[in-house]
Amino acid sequence: MAFRGIGGWLDDRIGLEGVRRMAEEKTVPVHRHSPWYYFGGMTLFFFLVQVATGILLMLYYRPSSEEAYESVQFIVTQVPFGWLIRSIHSWSANLMVGAAFVHLFSVFFLKAYRRPRELTWLSGFVLLILALGFGFSGYLLPWNKLAYFATRVGTDIAGSVPLVGEFVLRFLRGGDHVTGGTLSRFYGWHVAILPAITVALLGLHLWLVQRHGMSVTPAEERKGGARRRMPFVPDFLLRDLFGWTIALAVLAALAALFPWELGEKADPFAPAPANIKPEWYFMFMFQTLKYVPGGEIVGIENEAIAILGFGAIGLLAFLVPFLDRGVVRVGRSPGFTIVGVAGILYIVLLTVLGYHSWVPAAAAAVLFLVPWLAGRGADSGREER
Amino acid sequence: MQEIRRSDTRQMPRRRFLDRLLGVSVVGLATAVVYPIVRYLSPPEVPEAASNRVLAAKVSELEQSPAKIFPFGSEAGILIRSPDGEYRAFAATCTHLECTVQFHEPSKRIWCACHNGWYDMNGRNVAGPPPKPLERYTVQVEGDEIFVSRS
Repeated sequence: MAFRGIGGWLDDRIGLEGVRRMAEEKTVPVHRHSPWYYFGGMTLFFFLVQVATGILLMLYYRPSSEEAYESVQFIVTQVPFGWLIRSIHSWSANLMVGAAFVHLFSVFFLKAYRRPRELTWLSGFVLLILALGFGFSGYLLPWNKLAYFATRVGTDIAGSVPLVGEFVLRFLRGGDHVTGGTLSRFYGWHVAILPAITVALLGLHLWLVQRHGMSVTPAEERKGGARRRMPFVPDFLLRDLFGWTIALAVLAALAALFPWELGEKADPFAPAPANIKPEWYFMFMFQTLKYVPGGEIVGIENEAIAILGFGAIGLLAFLVPFLDRGVVRVGRSPGFTIVGVAGILYIVLLTVLGYHSWVPAAAAAVLFLVPWLAGRGADSGREER
Repeated sequence: MQEIRRSDTRQMPRRRFLDRLLGVSVVGLATAVVYPIVRYLSPPEVPEAASNRVLAAKVSELEQSPAKIFPFGSEAGILIRSPDGEYRAFAATCTHLECTVQFHEPSKRIWCACHNGWYDMNGRNVAGPPPKPLERYTVQVEGDEIFVSRS
């Protein structure tokens, strides 16, 4: 009785009844592509892990070029479980970007960006860019050699864009060079500005997902008839939580067995170490630039042309809901599917070349094949029944 | 019927067994997450400054002004030259609420500005809120240098 009283009291004020009804009515379509629905939630899970561990790291981290490295060293050597928290933060960042990429490509191939979900795609795309911004800014914070030179290279690349390059470079570095000022600036972006924008945009993204429900493929739509659906609460939610538990287990195992290295303290007057490399998700662009010969065409450096090319591809991907007219008119757009596959293959190939390792290809194969096979298996099993 | 009754009375039904197993797993998982976080939140012991003896001032410095605040490890200390030329050193941390005290020359007393606490030249709390005297240090003069050590 008391519980009902409290529930009623709260309901009068914040409308819990609406939330309860929404949870009850929400369903998830069941079909051969359903496994892809889990990757958005997976990305969200890793994001929540990032928020929690990031706040914990802020309690000991000191954002200055004199103290940053030492404070991280203190975290991983002196603070109880500090090594674990820091290692989880680094690993989860990478897994989050990985899950976001799978999420993006699955939405792309399932054509879920089509009307009325254009804004969901646009907000999701910007969220991915923000995730890359988190990665780029966070990479510098331990102030080690690798990060220091990777940031010099990364900001230098951004600076080679014609017209705006000079401004962008100074804006990113907080001056002409990568210094302690850059570190303060990256820290501000990493812990305040990016989180604020991300939370607002994530709210919009999730609200849009609730508003429109899960998308089904055009082919599935054409089948017509009654579609199999699963209640979100508890059926899908429990499956989601099961996935999160596995994700946490994988994360803990990676963080404990392969603790993230700290490296050596950055020294602006020491030569760059061999093998400086960016985070893996920048590798395909970084590697592409290695193949671009020096020189210029009509007064623009070749490198700048390659960078502008990536920018143009990004812009086209961003605008895909408005470019793909075929899927709206006739319910199919194989050209876009082929371009998407080519995109994945390009990213994987260049990453493999960048690392001289097949691990990226194997990881990509597992991430894309397992959900695909799981969906097919479940589907054929159902048809037999 | 008999089957069911037996499971009711002598054995745990499978459903309840699985529920308990799940409950134990969830509690285990929560513990594995919360325990490291709680430990992480409590800061590690940072070793105290190794030096128990510091060079507080030069004799010449205390000829110009009768007192000096000097660093003693990570805390401040206060060195005073009394009117009869004797050196005295105390912890400069007020025993009330940890503000740093200063020498009040007109009254020849030690004053804490935060809450108007007063100590005499021997570090005794004589007025205001301070509950205890200031910790006293040992002073040694070696030539022109004044050393302070924890006694």
